[in-house]
Amino acid sequence: MRITRVLSGALLALGLAAGPAAADSSPSASPSDGASAPTSAGTSFRTATEVEQGQTATASASTGDYLYWSFPADSGLRPTVKATVKLPDAHVAQTWQIDVYDGLRRRQACQYGAQTRTAAQGTASIELTCVLRTVRSWSEPWANDPLPGTYYVRLTAVGLKAADLGLPVDAELRVDSKDIGGAAAVDGSLAKPLVPGIAVTSATEEDDDESASAVLSSLEPDDGWASGWWTDRWVWSGIGAVLAALAGIGGYRLTRGSGRPRQVPPGA
Amino acid sequence: MIRTQRLAAGVCALLAALTAGLAFPAGAVADETTALAPKVDLVLDVSGSMRTKDIDGGTRMAAAKQAFNEVLDATPETVLLGIRTLGANYPGDDQKTGCKDTAQLYPVGQVDRTEAKAAVATLSPTGWTPIGPALLKAADDLDGGTGSKRIVLISDGEDTCAPLDPCEVAREIAAKGIGLTIDTLGLVPNTKMRQQLSCIAEATGGTYTSVEHTDELTDKVNQLVDRAADPVVTPVATEGADSCSKAPALKSGLYTDREEFGQERWYRVDVEPGQELRASVSVSADRAMNPDYGVLLRAVTVHGREIVRGEAAGNGRTDVVSTGLRYPKAESDDDEAAAETVCLQVTNSYSAASGVKTTPGMPVELTVDVVDGPSQASDVASFGLGRGWWLLGLLVLVGFLAGVLWGWVSRWRVAVWRTN
Repeated sequence: MRITRVLSGALLALGLAAGPAAADSSPSASPSDGASAPTSAGTSFRTATEVEQGQTATASASTGDYLYWSFPADSGLRPTVKATVKLPDAHVAQTWQIDVYDGLRRRQACQYGAQTRTAAQGTASIELTCVLRTVRSWSEPWANDPLPGTYYVRLTAVGLKAADLGLPVDAELRVDSKDIGGAAAVDGSLAKPLVPGIAVTSATEEDDDESASAVLSSLEPDDGWASGWWTDRWVWSGIGAVLAALAGIGGYRLTRGSGRPRQVPPGA
Repeated sequence: MIRTQRLAAGVCALLAALTAGLAFPAGAVADETTALAPKVDLVLDVSGSMRTKDIDGGTRMAAAKQAFNEVLDATPETVLLGIRTLGANYPGDDQKTGCKDTAQLYPVGQVDRTEAKAAVATLSPTGWTPIGPALLKAADDLDGGTGSKRIVLISDGEDTCAPLDPCEVAREIAAKGIGLTIDTLGLVPNTKMRQQLSCIAEATGGTYTSVEHTDELTDKVNQLVDRAADPVVTPVATEGADSCSKAPALKSGLYTDREEFGQERWYRVDVEPGQELRASVSVSADRAMNPDYGVLLRAVTVHGREIVRGEAAGNGRTDVVSTGLRYPKAESDDDEAAAETVCLQVTNSYSAASGVKTTPGMPVELTVDVVDGPSQASDVASFGLGRGWWLLGLLVLVGFLAGVLWGWVSRWRVAVWRTN
């Protein structure tokens, strides 16, 4: 009897602790060991420089350039893109903007953050942020929801005057993610992440072709793309089942009484 | 003794075989890399104005020479580099002759540093600034091979050879479909020159930089040469048709095309049941455009029914507007079910700013990926599982009530059994 009580107490405690703990387990955004951060940026989708989450990429460029980076984002994560631009010493008011695109080059909305900002004359630097929606593992083909795969970031000055073209600027980009966990776990999954050129890449891999040909996008999250099988909903549902069973036993004992009915004499 | 000799002979034969084996593939690889090697042509303005002493106290020419020497030292082995001059030879006043004055100083190929530096040292500022003709010749210099191609134009003055607009020349070069980018650097530029050089860069997806100091020039040219050395996927040129029936059939890959204002481009892709089609399209604004525009990509059946569309619109002006779509084709029970032909239609709502030539069309980049289809969702939540305190509360409550009921039933049954 005591054993049961202790066991159920322990299970309950474990369950209560494990549920939320699994929900806010640490974000997966950690820079990969030893890989040095890129020091240049691409100039188009095709030449975008690949950046891992948690890395700070830098680039020196000129005003009027379109700077492209790409980063991988997996389901259950909510990426935040932060860009800092060090402006030239003397400049008139300039408007800078970051746009984020998914692996299908569809523009992705920012939930919050200053995506476009105007630097007043003489400002030394400007910071832009874009908090994306949570990446989900599946969505209908007609929706524009963020899906696991490659994301592109474009940083540029918009509406520049001719006098401000071509001046040296330094840009910095960093992508971090918040793990939203099971709250965003939807059913269904893509067979392949939305990585451009993945059909070509996987075909070459199958052919065992060793040529080091260029690919549109090669970065993966640190621990590979999620299979879409695990979510903390398993923990919540499992604990719920255990608790329901315990509550059922408790309820049964309450009405049934202990063991035999009181009136029955021993040995009957 | 004999045994040792045999052993030695064997080792020699083995070594020879190994060397031969290694040598042949190595040779083949070398050929292949030359064809794929990135090519860069540095085009330097050697017009009379390069004599002006306004870069770090020296002449513009001196700054350019110093930068070239450093760039030649830092050029990666894989890059084939060439140097072309404009306005280096004809000092006269005749525009016609002056505007033909462009010469290849060092042919595009593996760089012999000493030779190239010696050639650069001979330059002295002389003539006109025929940017347009120089660009045309530079594009010819880079002809051949499948690697990326880049022209780096360094100039200190605007083109003096009207009516040939170097900006239009650049656009025509890009439209030839040889995957060429022109980057421009302006030495101590004025507004008009900035406009012209950035227009040239914009036409080919390149960059424009203003240069006021020697080290800026060196850093930028080095950066551009390094950028050329980065391996990039080369798109395949295709030509979309004006209707689905005549459209070219595409497989997974990266394609480029040109699309004029208000033109429709159609392509076809075969999708097997259980496969997913992913397509994205980017249309670049390679010239002065009116603001507010858009791009539409539609997936349509051969009978004209729209399956799915991707649309994008821009405000203001950026380099490119892009959109994409996914079409997962449902699994079929019939094993022999034929692949469906999906028509992709690309349209744009760009409009050219007044006085801008509308031909050639704008560059279109199309990626097509046909992959396995997704596993469909049967529920909103993952595997239909639940989550959260409300769920736990409900389960506990229902469990408890069920237990109470069960206990009550079993008690009643015992009572019934006892009375009987």
